[in-house]
Amino acid sequence: MNASMLIAAPELLVLIMGCVVLCVDPFLREERRGIIHMLGMLTLLLAAIITLRHEPAGAGQAAVTAFNGAFISDPMSDVLKLFAYATLGLVFVYAKHYLRTFNQFRADYYTLSLFALLGVMLLISANSLVMVYLGLELTSLASYALVALNRQSARGSEAAMKYFVLGSMASGLLLYGMSMVYGATGSLALPVIAESLAANGTDDVLLIVGLVFMVIGIAFKLGVVPFHMWVPDVYDGAPLAATLFISTVPKLAAFAMAYRILAVGLGEMQADWQQMLAALALASLIIGNLTAIMQTNIRRMLAYSTVGHMGFVLLGMLPGTATGYGASLFYIVAYALMSAAGFGMLVLLSGRGVDCEQLDDLKGLNRRNGWYAAIMLMVMFSMAGVPVFVGFFAKLWVIKAVLDAGMVNLAVAAVIFSVIGAFYYLRVVKVMYFDEPATETRFEPPVDFSAAISLNGVLMLGLGVLSGSLLALCTNSFLL
Amino acid sequence: MMPLLSILIWLPIVGGALVLALGEQRANAARYLSLLIAGATLALCVPLYMGFDNSTAAMQFVEQSVWIETFKVNYHLGIDGFSLPLILLTAFFGPLVVLGAWEVVQDKVHQYMAAFLIMEGLMVGVFAALDGLLFYVFFEAMLIPMFLVIGMWGGPRRVYATIKFFLYTFLGSVFMLVGIIYLYNQADSWNIMDWHALPLTLQEQIWLFLAFFAAFAVKIPMFPVHTWLPDAHVEAPTGGSVVLAAIMLKIGGYGFVRFSLPIAPDASAALDGFVIALSLIAVVYIGFVALVQKDMKKLIAYSSISHMGFVTLGIFIAFSIYRNSGSMHGAGLGMEGAMVQMVSHGFISGALFLCVGVLYDRVHSREISAYGGVANTMPWFAFFAVLFFMANSGLPGTSGFVGEFMVILASFRANFWYAFAAGLTLILGAAYSLWLVKRVVFGEVGNANVEALEDINGREAVMLSSLAFMVLLVGLWPAPLVDMMHVSVNQLLEQIAVSKIN
Repeated sequence: MNASMLIAAPELLVLIMGCVVLCVDPFLREERRGIIHMLGMLTLLLAAIITLRHEPAGAGQAAVTAFNGAFISDPMSDVLKLFAYATLGLVFVYAKHYLRTFNQFRADYYTLSLFALLGVMLLISANSLVMVYLGLELTSLASYALVALNRQSARGSEAAMKYFVLGSMASGLLLYGMSMVYGATGSLALPVIAESLAANGTDDVLLIVGLVFMVIGIAFKLGVVPFHMWVPDVYDGAPLAATLFISTVPKLAAFAMAYRILAVGLGEMQADWQQMLAALALASLIIGNLTAIMQTNIRRMLAYSTVGHMGFVLLGMLPGTATGYGASLFYIVAYALMSAAGFGMLVLLSGRGVDCEQLDDLKGLNRRNGWYAAIMLMVMFSMAGVPVFVGFFAKLWVIKAVLDAGMVNLAVAAVIFSVIGAFYYLRVVKVMYFDEPATETRFEPPVDFSAAISLNGVLMLGLGVLSGSLLALCTNSFLL
Repeated sequence: MMPLLSILIWLPIVGGALVLALGEQRANAARYLSLLIAGATLALCVPLYMGFDNSTAAMQFVEQSVWIETFKVNYHLGIDGFSLPLILLTAFFGPLVVLGAWEVVQDKVHQYMAAFLIMEGLMVGVFAALDGLLFYVFFEAMLIPMFLVIGMWGGPRRVYATIKFFLYTFLGSVFMLVGIIYLYNQADSWNIMDWHALPLTLQEQIWLFLAFFAAFAVKIPMFPVHTWLPDAHVEAPTGGSVVLAAIMLKIGGYGFVRFSLPIAPDASAALDGFVIALSLIAVVYIGFVALVQKDMKKLIAYSSISHMGFVTLGIFIAFSIYRNSGSMHGAGLGMEGAMVQMVSHGFISGALFLCVGVLYDRVHSREISAYGGVANTMPWFAFFAVLFFMANSGLPGTSGFVGEFMVILASFRANFWYAFAAGLTLILGAAYSLWLVKRVVFGEVGNANVEALEDINGREAVMLSSLAFMVLLVGLWPAPLVDMMHVSVNQLLEQIAVSKIN
């Protein structure tokens, strides 16, 4: 094994285990399928151990690169990967319950998720445009297939089709942008591009056009306005297990991709992309939050709320400072955990052949089960940005970074739209707490499900009260 | 030394979590445990009061430890003469709210009690926080239990009322959030005391003043952003109305003296006419509005807004007095009057809402026209109700008189017409209070419902008499209360007489 292999050991592990899961499945009898889940969890655990162990790149220590500089392992990549494992662990537990309830428990979900995770990890560690594209496509292709997991569902297929067509278009635009940047700078390695820009200046039409195309690709992956159209359709059309995955882990990678391309590669062009991101962020805050108010379908509502959240993530990137990126990282991590819990609750409410879709399905949850209602309450208030939940601190640090950069108007717009956003989160709480239940069916989730969702809910509060350590972790990732 | 303030904050919050853990089935256990926790919190206020030093304006019982290291956020608590009376008020109402719900609330008792206990802890936190961000966290977190209380145990239009309450307050406070982050960026500290000393240009001060004003004017509430209050009060269960009126509104007034005035003294001086105008509109116009209400809770809600106008008036006349006479002499009377008014209004409005609750539990109507001649069937209740409504109209000898009198007296030094307009409240307050008493309590027995009324039971008697005792105590012997805040008030006045523009 050469040094590159060692540096990319977590990726290799995930790759091998993805194949193992694929090969083991045909030899398993129906009642022993649980092994697949165990293997998936084991992969995440081992990957986490390896990532933690080979973490030489603490604060102050330089990052290490591999594969001729195409791959990088730095504090940010470690933090993001660890949270990707943790989130995927939660997603696996929720998805297992869902797939079992709907008699779809097969290895496909786990294989596809693990390969998507591999793509996410490559994207997080990308140090060259080729690696960015490789990771992006691996994640995307696996995600398209996940959406179409239930081949009998017409809506699922429709969503997968939409996702695929729009996603390919975005990938194409990104690739086109990359080719222009390559043409202007003569390199695909992000640090070399940065050096070239520093030396030769950024006053080049080719560069600007390339930047525009790349920003479009990033915006599509994050799902920000006006490239958000796929988000509600996919979130709503896909089986919940796929939505759970798509709304959490790939978002972490999308942030990493934005950071790698814009900050590491095209940092010199900050003045240019800052304006673009500001417009995208503002539009997302406005459209996302206003449209979410109109939704009666909770999955579409959460989809539009995601659009709004991604606007906040972009806001944090605007100033181009370590605290700004740290705030965005904090936000995306908090978002992944909130989203996992939110969709996890929908899994709990699904059953008897129907996915939980309508807001009314949550009616009277507090009367049916006070604890699960409390978890959803914490998730909703956290998403709305009410102290002392983690979502508040995520918004707080982003707004602080924006104010630091002197963009007071944007900060004021951000807070106003979070108040507007609070309305639809409150409506969920209203439905759960103030309305009478339509059914008294008891919840009987497996033990690991209730443990995971409880942990997830308590994290909303815990990471809020103890947000200092997560914040330090996030901010220090960018202070090299 | 014992971290008394932390205990006062966390005992009710942790206790609330324990009550919640008891579950729905053990309703009685939840009631007794809540009473125990609220009682213990109140008992712990005794060492707080005894240990408080009246002779200094410095922060006391200070606790400080690091909370979020990256951005220097501290868990920083401390109290002075402004916070102590309000903390005592908060703790005083804890057991009353538990008692008030004893038999009345039968549905989800554990959640009701837990919500109030957690809210109590958070409100103490608001008054004790010396770190700007910590203050904001308490300030906002408090909305969650109140939102649930109004929405779950409220009246028919509870959903509308509670969402309006939440969004109104939330909208106001996010501007404050932008303000405090700005202050942190300028001062490189979240410590409110550092912010007091931070030099700022007039323009900065005006923006900051407006940001804080958005939060506190909604909270207190001032005309024209008061419209959430009547809705929230009418729909809230009795306990919710009591806490809302007695304590939550005071947070707005507290915010003015803790943040707006000392952080932006020049802006406060520049904009005092605006605030005074709004205060006087509240006092006079809202007084008229109260007069025509058909719903008892709505009438008390409007009366609260009108009385809160006195608080903002008393706080902001300091600047006119300074301009007129060149010294802050006399301004202290206005500000102390405002503080006394806050405490006294806490007792009186809390008591009035409990009185309405007593009637509502029996007749299930808040309409004035549904009553008449209650005194015939409920003589003891009538005794308390008349006392509290008299106090509400500012009868000498009750606490309502002291605050209003001090503010009116001080406003003479500022401007005769301020005093004149404020003085109208003596007529208006008496009119709406006494007219209500006439229609509800006195006269012939109105209908069969009133005929069948039973007088207050022991539990209600305990609640009402303890409040009556406080109303009379503050009315007859306000000295301990005034002494508590005297030094802090003077220090604040000295502070705001000095311009921060450099």
